[in-house]
Amino acid sequence: MSELKHIVIIGNGIAGVTAARNIRKLSDHKITLISSESEYFFSRTALMYVYMGHQKLEHLKPYEDFFWTKNRIDLLKKHVEKVDISTKNLLFSDGQTLHYDTLIFATGSRYRWHDAVPKDTLGVQGLYSLQDLEKLEEISPKIKKAVIVGGGLIGVELAEMLHSRDIEVTILVRESGFWGNVLPQEEAKLVTKHIESRGAKILLNSEIERVTTKVLDSKNLSPNPSAIKSIITKKGEILDCDFLGLTIGVEPQKDLAAAAGIETNRGILVNDCLETSVKDIFAIGDCSELRNPTKGRKATEPIWYTGKMMGETVAESICQKSKKYNPGIFFNSAKFFDLEYQTYGDIQPILAENESSFYWENSQEEKCLRINYCTQDEAVIGFNVFGIRFRQVVCQQWIAEKRTLSYVIEHLEEANFDPEFFKNCQSEIVAEYNFKFPEKTIKLKKNSGFWRTIFG
Amino acid sequence: MIKFSYSLIFIGFFCLFSILGIGEFKLTDGILKKNIYSENHYAVISKLPSVQKMIGQNYSSKISFISDLQSAVNQHNSVLKEQKQWDKVIWTDYTFGVTNGSFTAPNLLYILGFVGLFFIILGVFLIISQEKKSPTGIKNNDIFKKSISSRGILGIILGCFLIIFYIVLYWFPEYLVNWVALVNPISKLLSGNPASQWFLYGLLYTVAIIVMGIRFIIKYRHSKYQQFRTGSVIFFQTTFAFLLPEILMRLNLPYQDLKNIFPLDYTFFFDYKIQEKINSGTFGIFMLGWGIFLFLVGTPLMTYFYGKRWYCSWICGCGGLAETVGDSFRQLSDKSLKSWKIERYTIYGVLVFAGIMTVFTLYSFFTGQSYLLGIPSYEIQKWYGFFIGSIFAGVVGTGFYPLMGNRVWCRFGCPLAAYMGIFQRFKSKFRITVNGGQCISCGNCSTYCEMGIDVRAYAQRGQDVVRASCVGCGVCSAVCPRGVLNLETGSIIVDKF
Repeated sequence: MSELKHIVIIGNGIAGVTAARNIRKLSDHKITLISSESEYFFSRTALMYVYMGHQKLEHLKPYEDFFWTKNRIDLLKKHVEKVDISTKNLLFSDGQTLHYDTLIFATGSRYRWHDAVPKDTLGVQGLYSLQDLEKLEEISPKIKKAVIVGGGLIGVELAEMLHSRDIEVTILVRESGFWGNVLPQEEAKLVTKHIESRGAKILLNSEIERVTTKVLDSKNLSPNPSAIKSIITKKGEILDCDFLGLTIGVEPQKDLAAAAGIETNRGILVNDCLETSVKDIFAIGDCSELRNPTKGRKATEPIWYTGKMMGETVAESICQKSKKYNPGIFFNSAKFFDLEYQTYGDIQPILAENESSFYWENSQEEKCLRINYCTQDEAVIGFNVFGIRFRQVVCQQWIAEKRTLSYVIEHLEEANFDPEFFKNCQSEIVAEYNFKFPEKTIKLKKNSGFWRTIFG
Repeated sequence: MIKFSYSLIFIGFFCLFSILGIGEFKLTDGILKKNIYSENHYAVISKLPSVQKMIGQNYSSKISFISDLQSAVNQHNSVLKEQKQWDKVIWTDYTFGVTNGSFTAPNLLYILGFVGLFFIILGVFLIISQEKKSPTGIKNNDIFKKSISSRGILGIILGCFLIIFYIVLYWFPEYLVNWVALVNPISKLLSGNPASQWFLYGLLYTVAIIVMGIRFIIKYRHSKYQQFRTGSVIFFQTTFAFLLPEILMRLNLPYQDLKNIFPLDYTFFFDYKIQEKINSGTFGIFMLGWGIFLFLVGTPLMTYFYGKRWYCSWICGCGGLAETVGDSFRQLSDKSLKSWKIERYTIYGVLVFAGIMTVFTLYSFFTGQSYLLGIPSYEIQKWYGFFIGSIFAGVVGTGFYPLMGNRVWCRFGCPLAAYMGIFQRFKSKFRITVNGGQCISCGNCSTYCEMGIDVRAYAQRGQDVVRASCVGCGVCSAVCPRGVLNLETGSIIVDKF
């Protein structure tokens, strides 16, 4: 093993923590993990459960506090003010400095502010950090009506959170269906219907034109000069509200790197091995932007799983030899109120030219399945599934092996990951297939759980 | 509506508690004769001057009746103890039987009891019907904000109440004779015998499992797995645990819960239990064989195929109470590594204790010697019954629901769970599988694991959960917002990849 280095990671989110853990697995380097947000790593995605009272903040910590000392990962709750790449030093806001041999940016992202809203308006915020949650918690008792702008995953989470406190919620969605820039029309419609059935209002094809605010009187103790009063949509609708949630997306936190002279674009630019323009400095997770993303993938993917995989890759790059980041077959999952969603492979909102789509839906039970495949050879390229759980390994295997649509439908049972006794939809899906393709009727390969338990 | 329902429940409990203060006590010679089953003791006690003074006297206070009775016997005993006439001391406690026999229940008692129970059940069902109007899905909102479910002041009060209830039930049942009288007609209907405190407890237990089980089934109406196992638990409690033993009694057969398996049923090999079964003919022998078969063959086999959940969260009475009545407290179990270490010491400690006790018991049964290595078997049985059977399983096991979660006994104490856990850990097809790399470490699975398993620790590194303690309740899989966890048995297709 090469000589021991001091590896400093800025950001203790999933990317930074995964990097730290894997560097420790592979080496004895000194590791320092810095965050100004929280002392310990917590699951950002679960902040909503704290707000709704499902969990306490302490439950969000995936590792017990002794884990870090046991694994010799030094935690530092400080704010990095400046990075000096020539002397390899970090300057903290308290004036102290720290020398590094290798630096990893895992600074994550922040929610995007809406241009139509004046900065510092009371009652306007997004949801990303622990501090955002605290701020939301603080003003929640005063909220009666809330508007959320942006129909995406954080938008629906915020809606569910506010709804749990009996706050009237209206979501403004730019597209003609919820999360319409990602989901095909049918799924977007299903999600829209589900969210509405849970009690949140959705305004489709709507965008903010401007907002009105009210000036806060001098007795007001908050630093904000004014508070949100209403929003006016581009169609001219006026929505009164005392809270405006901004969930129109997130943007990489690249300022620290940019100020240090590291090349940035939307995010911190990295090569295939996640190295920035400066030697010994890497960037992973939400804050990074790939110079050459793999075909069909975005240059920035602010997703938990991407951050995790990048953390694993960068650890190998640093401890062993340079490794190219390979995200593999895409997957993601989410939950819209009570509706579960999983996706594997490549499903775009609009079909590409050489692609076809098989779609089945049971709207009463709020379940649907989409399989996209190559028109020519019928090889499956992606799955969207709502209300049913599918096995990631099986779906990815099918995509990698270029299995045909009919093969996949025939063997759907292998992909099912629903709990025991759940109603099986496979036969309905097969019936749909046979209805659509009467010339090549197929039969479901049965796979009884009971016999598998006894003889399997 | 919710407030109204809670008021109903409150009034109901108030009625039930007020019962404890009504009714009169009148001792007669007949009562003494009937309840003091040792003739010698009857002869002595009935002749005591202070007992003679009690006969025919009307007591409106339970406390003074009990204290008069006890002081009479104690006085007699203390004289004998001073004279070191140990063999003449009356060690048997007849207080419950005599107090129970002397009690006359006024009609008001039955009215209050009926009204109280009716209000409680009505209140619970009104809450449930409200619940039913809400959309299906996971219902964990505000769990950590409510005092009762987050170890707040209400939780602590409830815990104290339950602890006191168990202490009174086990060691001072004479104070509960009013409630026993209330259920007396039901007992007579079922077994033909008058009710004891155990009949009262069994009935309350069963009603609680039924009512709260229905609540659970409605809460999880989107999950067939949860519904089926709760239905199963309700069925086994009402039939096997409650009704069947009563019917067996009516048929003059030994009282036995046929689904209660040794060593959870720690008295199974006690000599009087074995004797009782042998004496009652073919069916008794069958019961004996059935119990041994379940322990030696049935349990390992079922655990091999399905994991210990086949028993713990589908059949067991303790598990049944935990899953239904205790559901609101599942999030209070400790998930730390330290508690896992403690758990392994205590649960296998109890298993070893139960094993040693049974070796002593069987030795005494087969050899007729009451001592082994200079220790009397009877004493070991008594210690086990006191420390494990009463304090651990009852007072701590249930009393600590609102403080340490609903599976304290199952996790730290149950010897049967320990026994099955060994199979589950080393030789079973059951495990919780993890779906690829989809875990977002949110921690819902760990938080809602009643057994205190840190499920997330496995899920986030994509490792199947194989743990001795898992009772397979399936709640981790239900609360997972990404559909990452699943209870599985047998080979799955993935294994081929």
